[in-house]
Amino acid sequence: MRNFFRGFGAVFYKEVLHVRRDPATLFFSLVIPLLQMVVLGFGIDTNIRQINTIVFNADGRRESRELLDRLRNSDTFHIIRYVENDGDLNDAIIAGKARVGVKIPADYSDRLLHNMSAQVLVLIDGSDSSVAGQAINVTTAIGLDESLHRVLQDRASFAVDMRPKMLFNPDSRSPNFFLPGLTAILLLNVTTFLTAFSIVREKERGTLEQLFVTPVRPMGLLFGKLLPYLVIGFSELCLILTFMRFVFQVPIHGNVLVLAFLSLPYLFVSLSIGILVSSKANSQSEAIQLAFLTFLPSIFFSGYIFPRETMPVFFYVISYFIPASYYINITRGIILRGAGLSHLWLDGLALYAMGSILLLIAARRFQNKVIMA
Amino acid sequence: MDTAPQTNGEPAISAEHLMRRFGNFTAVNDVSFRVQRGEIFGFLGPNGSGKTTVIKMLTGLLPLSGGQAYVEGLDVRTDSEAVRERIGYMSQNFSLYYDLTVTENLQFYGRIYSLEPARLKRRFEEIVQLNGLEPYLNHLASQLSGGWKQRLALGCAMLHEPKLLFLDEPTAGIDPVARRQLWDLLFELSGHGITFFVTTHYMDEAERCSHVAYIYYGKLIADGTPNSLRELPDVQPHGTLRVEITTPEVTRALRFARHLPGIRSATIFGQSIHALIEDRFNLDDLREQLLKNGIAVAEIRPLAPSLEDVFVELTYKHQAMLEAARA
Repeated sequence: MRNFFRGFGAVFYKEVLHVRRDPATLFFSLVIPLLQMVVLGFGIDTNIRQINTIVFNADGRRESRELLDRLRNSDTFHIIRYVENDGDLNDAIIAGKARVGVKIPADYSDRLLHNMSAQVLVLIDGSDSSVAGQAINVTTAIGLDESLHRVLQDRASFAVDMRPKMLFNPDSRSPNFFLPGLTAILLLNVTTFLTAFSIVREKERGTLEQLFVTPVRPMGLLFGKLLPYLVIGFSELCLILTFMRFVFQVPIHGNVLVLAFLSLPYLFVSLSIGILVSSKANSQSEAIQLAFLTFLPSIFFSGYIFPRETMPVFFYVISYFIPASYYINITRGIILRGAGLSHLWLDGLALYAMGSILLLIAARRFQNKVIMA
Repeated sequence: MDTAPQTNGEPAISAEHLMRRFGNFTAVNDVSFRVQRGEIFGFLGPNGSGKTTVIKMLTGLLPLSGGQAYVEGLDVRTDSEAVRERIGYMSQNFSLYYDLTVTENLQFYGRIYSLEPARLKRRFEEIVQLNGLEPYLNHLASQLSGGWKQRLALGCAMLHEPKLLFLDEPTAGIDPVARRQLWDLLFELSGHGITFFVTTHYMDEAERCSHVAYIYYGKLIADGTPNSLRELPDVQPHGTLRVEITTPEVTRALRFARHLPGIRSATIFGQSIHALIEDRFNLDDLREQLLKNGIAVAEIRPLAPSLEDVFVELTYKHQAMLEAARA
């Protein structure tokens, strides 16, 4: 067994020296992810508010002004301008100045006062589907509410009273939703790059070839190189969690130790991808391109941005083969929902299986492609 | 300098009918040679002719497609790890870690070969002294000049006291003084019984080797001591003589000489012409003929063929053979 890992200690120590000799790389690989967190955590708000809205109020009486007040008070719409004809209303939307145009016809108040149905035209720019969806929902709800109000006068007598209660993220804070998923992407980034670079650099310099003429065993070399970056990946996780908790005030409801235990296989996955990238790439710039290619599926099909459940079947099936899908479920589960091993064991098992398989494939490729190149 | 190979004991390297194919391409074709212990074996050949491939096979980096190879008495196909314990290898680009210091580079290779701490310390001091690395111990490898990088790389390759060292173009791109110093060091070590397998492009370095071999597109076309190669019938055909004609008008002389009957070949070497002439040709007659045509001749004297002459002749011969086989 000792023989199988021969050279491990020497390689490990050397790798630590490399990291220590180049504190800038270490600093940036630890700090840049935190900067990305700041940008995404503060900069992105998934809640759609204050949609630019333009109004053509042909009526102008009290009822119509009340309706506009309700739109404004919903916090969804921000009325930027009033126009006096249909043409201006249309133009503002085409020019992109407003996403929503509301036209209240001249007979709006009259019809209401005569207990007739009054129509309000709501033009919605469909070029951004999430904005459009929100605009439809809120205007429909306001219309319905307004109608019921006029018919029933008293809310208590509603036949069916829906009382939605939001669990785990009651204020719908975006960082709470975004950051646990982002953790998965950042960890993948850092460890994949560091591992791939550390191997490709030796390829470029020719030191790798030199090592293969020594009695060092492939597995000793591989694990000696991986361990330091595993440690760095883990430190990165701790930093991200600390930042998430204390800077972004995202409460961590579950057990951090369980999170650590389930992060281990995910780190192995990232390290293995790093090895696979390095077995294909012959220069650092090639490694960067290849690594980015491997990040894309993890970003788009893992549920980090778009919910997996709403994907077309083909991509939904693909998402099952993406380690980040499981890890994001784990981070959101533990951090937001307070889930434990009893809830997440299946995801953990999947990650441990994927980590082992990928590591085996990576080790084989390393031996065949890198050593026998 | 040109000692006959010692034949006592088993050879340091014994390659028998080495073959290496990459797909349809045969990179090394039926190559056999032996390197005796204590020799400086110069392995020459144009770029892409298979030199590095042979080294990779002998060091266990590349599996053989055919043939056998024994290094230090061990079969490289089955015992590659034991082989790697006993050999040192220095690649052409001095595979050092540039962000580590001289000391750290040496210690890393010491640990890789699992030297005991006491032995590592002893060897470290020996290597530092032998290579004169003392003043640079705390310098980063990147700060060293080419010559010192090469000394450090050599030091790393021999820390574990290998009996056989492979040096792949050790002097490519370093200055002449460092080149000379390296060869002095190689001779000293070879005196201690260490065998060297050296590839090079420099003919003057080849002349210094005790044993040279020339590989030409996968085929070994010369193998022997420099002197025995000079006497090969292909190089020095029976009834011919190699002469050096020193003249101030080399280009004109060459044009003229090439048309003289009895001159087999002629090439310019600086201020002189090297020619292979039939020995019925009297040197005084030759001088006479040149003078008659208005070419001043300073000196004509017999010349032993250089190794470059040897390789050129053998390459022509080999190409002629290939063409004959094709026809």
